[in-house]
Amino acid sequence: MKYGILVNEGPYQHQASDTAYQFCKAAIERGHEVFRVFFYHDGVNNGTRFGVPPQDDRNITVRWTELAEANNIDLVICIAAAQRRGILDEGEAKRQGKDGENIAPGFRISGLGQLIEAGIQCDRMVTFGD
Amino acid sequence: MLHTVNKSPFERNTLTACLGHALPESAVLLIEDGVYAAMNGTAFEKDVRKAMEDRTLYVLGPDLLARGLTADQVIDGIQVVDYEGFVELTEKHDKVQAWL
Repeated sequence: MKYGILVNEGPYQHQASDTAYQFCKAAIERGHEVFRVFFYHDGVNNGTRFGVPPQDDRNITVRWTELAEANNIDLVICIAAAQRRGILDEGEAKRQGKDGENIAPGFRISGLGQLIEAGIQCDRMVTFGD
Repeated sequence: MLHTVNKSPFERNTLTACLGHALPESAVLLIEDGVYAAMNGTAFEKDVRKAMEDRTLYVLGPDLLARGLTADQVIDGIQVVDYEGFVELTEKHDKVQAWL
């Protein structure tokens, strides 16, 4: 089956991103396809590569990047939520006149249409939030 | 339909809202802090047992363990599942409603 995932909360503050990750991993292990993970609201904070958690703790962002690269998952960050919170890719940084970008590998910034599309194309949509 | 509840009933009223709306034959999976609702001897045990008359309740085992809780503290009849079991429930039910 084809799965779409919605993550509404940032890393380390709530369990949502951890649960979503474990769910995706289990779904892939059962032979399903995770088509897209859409990061919305504070969930966009999962997509900064500037986080440096202690070495004995999980790195939630790196974990998403690695899972996406290994399984061809589309990690999409909501553009409006990202702008409010300072999550930028190169194009956005240029467009907004900012002096840097911080998006993590494997993530891309796009719009809510990507969430709707996932809802249409996927057999299941599963939401994780606070 | 599969319903997920991720907050303790002592923190939010999402469990009560969920049980008030979940139709017969539907499944309710308690995850994250929602697992406290699966405990024996709480003020919500009666509501949970009543819900189990025509709906099936599940609890996510790894979230029980993460909170120092064990399966033998869980109300009889609630099924303990792992993440694979969570995925299986989403296979069986064509819609998943998260009560956030």
